[in-house]
Amino acid sequence: MPYEVSRPPGAGEPVIEAVGVGKNYRGVPALTGFDLTVGAGSVCGLLGPNGAGKTTAVRILSTLLRPDSGQVRVAGCDVVADPRAVRYRIGLVGQHASVDDVLTGRQNLVLFGRLYHLSTADARRRADELLERFDLTAAAHRPVAGYSGGMRRRLDLATSLVLSPPVLFLDEPTTGLDPRARADVWGSIRSLVGSGTTVLLTTQYLEEADQLADRIALIDAGRVVAEGTPDELKAKVGPDRVETITRKPTLDEVFLHLTGNPATREQGAGQRAAGRAS
Amino acid sequence: MTIAVTVRDTATLAGRVLRHWRQRPVSIALGLLFPVLMLLMFGYLFGGAMAVPDGRYLDFLVPGMVAMTMLFGLEALVVAVTTDAAKGVTERVRAMPVTATAVLAGRCVADLLNAVVGIAVMVVTGLLVGWTANRGLLPALAAVGLLLWLRFAFTWVGTYLGLLLRTPESAVAVQVLVWPVGFLSAAFVSPATMPGWLGAVSTWNPLSATATAIRELFGNPGWHADGWAADHAVALALLWPAVLTAVFLPLAVRQYRALGR
Repeated sequence: MPYEVSRPPGAGEPVIEAVGVGKNYRGVPALTGFDLTVGAGSVCGLLGPNGAGKTTAVRILSTLLRPDSGQVRVAGCDVVADPRAVRYRIGLVGQHASVDDVLTGRQNLVLFGRLYHLSTADARRRADELLERFDLTAAAHRPVAGYSGGMRRRLDLATSLVLSPPVLFLDEPTTGLDPRARADVWGSIRSLVGSGTTVLLTTQYLEEADQLADRIALIDAGRVVAEGTPDELKAKVGPDRVETITRKPTLDEVFLHLTGNPATREQGAGQRAAGRAS
Repeated sequence: MTIAVTVRDTATLAGRVLRHWRQRPVSIALGLLFPVLMLLMFGYLFGGAMAVPDGRYLDFLVPGMVAMTMLFGLEALVVAVTTDAAKGVTERVRAMPVTATAVLAGRCVADLLNAVVGIAVMVVTGLLVGWTANRGLLPALAAVGLLLWLRFAFTWVGTYLGLLLRTPESAVAVQVLVWPVGFLSAAFVSPATMPGWLGAVSTWNPLSATATAIRELFGNPGWHADGWAADHAVALALLWPAVLTAVFLPLAVRQYRALGR
C-alpha cells in the first residue's frame, strides 16, 4: 500500500528547508553551509556558475546524495532519516533522472507508475492522462529513442508527475532544447505552479529564472550568497548604475556582480559547457 | 508488507527487461545466436583436429559451450547496468520509493530468465548436431540447476562491475576479459593438454568445475586423467558459485549504496 501523499501545507509555509548543509567530494567541498527555504506553491530558481554546487544541492534535496552535515526537510520529511517518505512526495527532472529509451513513452509511464506502487490499472489510466496532458498521445507507442529532445523532456516531466508530488525538482530542465521546445516546457511548469506545486529550478539560462521564478537563490562556492525576488536582486546591484544606464540591470549582470566572476565565465560559455555536462 | 512491495517491485523491474527483449528482438536474437555460432565453429572447423579419448568432440564441446554461455551473459549484464547509469534511469529509480534489494533482485531475476532461454537454445542446437543427455531427466535437470547457480553468481559479479565501471564504454573491458577467463578452462579442451601452470589455472577456473560437472550429469565424455578437481567437479560446481556470490553480492550492494555518497 503506498504512502498517503500529503497535500502541500498552506501557501508560504516552508516546503523545502535546508539548514547548514555541507558536502565534500573526496575532500573537495561542494557545499559549505548551504541554507535555503522555499515556501509552498512558489518557484525558487537556484542560479550560480558551473561548479557552484547547484546540482549537489538538488541531489541532496532529492535524496540521491547524503549530506555530510546540516538538516534537510522536504515536504515535511527528513531526507536522511526518512528518504522513502520524501521519495513519495517529490518529482525529479533533468540532467540526472531520465527515462528508458528502449521502451515506448506509455511503457515508461506505466513502469514508473507501478514503481510508485499504483495498481496496474491505475498506472495505465494515469499514463494515458499524462500523455494527453503533455501532448504525447500520438507518440505514446513509439520507442523513446525516436523522440525529439523536447518530447523526451516532456515525457521526463510527465514521469515525475505520476503521483502529483507536492514538490518538484527541475535540474536544468531546458538545457539543450531549442527555444520552442523550451517555451513548451516553460508552459508546463507554469501550469503546474498554478495548481500548487512547489518547484526548485536550477538553470544556466538566466532568462528562464527571470521568466519562471518567484524568488531566486544565488549560489557560489557551495553556499547561497543572495536570495530574493528578481526585482530585489536587481535593486541590490541597481542604484549606482541607473544613472548611467537607462535600463535595469539584467539578471546576467546580477549574476556576475554577486558571484564576482570575471567576464570569462559569461553566460555564453556557461551555456555551451552545460550542453555537454555540468 | 514491505517484503510484498519489494517482491512486486522486483517483478516490475524484471518485467522491464523482458519488455526490452520484445522491443529489440534482433539484438536479443544475436546475443542468443552468438554461442550457437561458436559451437558450430569449434565443433566443425576445429573439431576435426580434436581427439577426445573417450568419445566424439562435439559431445564434449556442447556442455562446455553451454557453461561458456553463462559467462557470456556477464557482458550483456554489464552493458545493461552501465547503460542505465548513463541514461539516468538508475538515478530516477533511486529518487523513487524503490528499495536497493528490489533493484538488484530485479536485474538478477531477469538475467536468470535470459540464462534459461540461452540454455534452451544451446540444448536444442546440441540435439540438432547429435549431442544427447545420456543419463536421463533428473541428472539433466540437475545440470541445468548447476548452470543457473553459476549464472546467479555471475549476476553479482556483473552487477558489481557495472556499478563500478559506470560507463558503457568501459564495459568493453569486461567483454575483452571474458575471453581469456572463458578459454582458460575446461570448456573447449582438457586442462591436461595445456602447459603445466596454464593447466593448473584452467583446472581451478569456476567455469571448469561447472563444465566438467554437467558433462558428468549429462553422461557426456570427459577427457580422463583430470585429477582431484575433475573427480570432485559437482562439489566444486556447487562451491565455486557460493564463494563468488559471498564475495560479489555484498560488493554489489555496497556499490549501489555508495551511489548516494
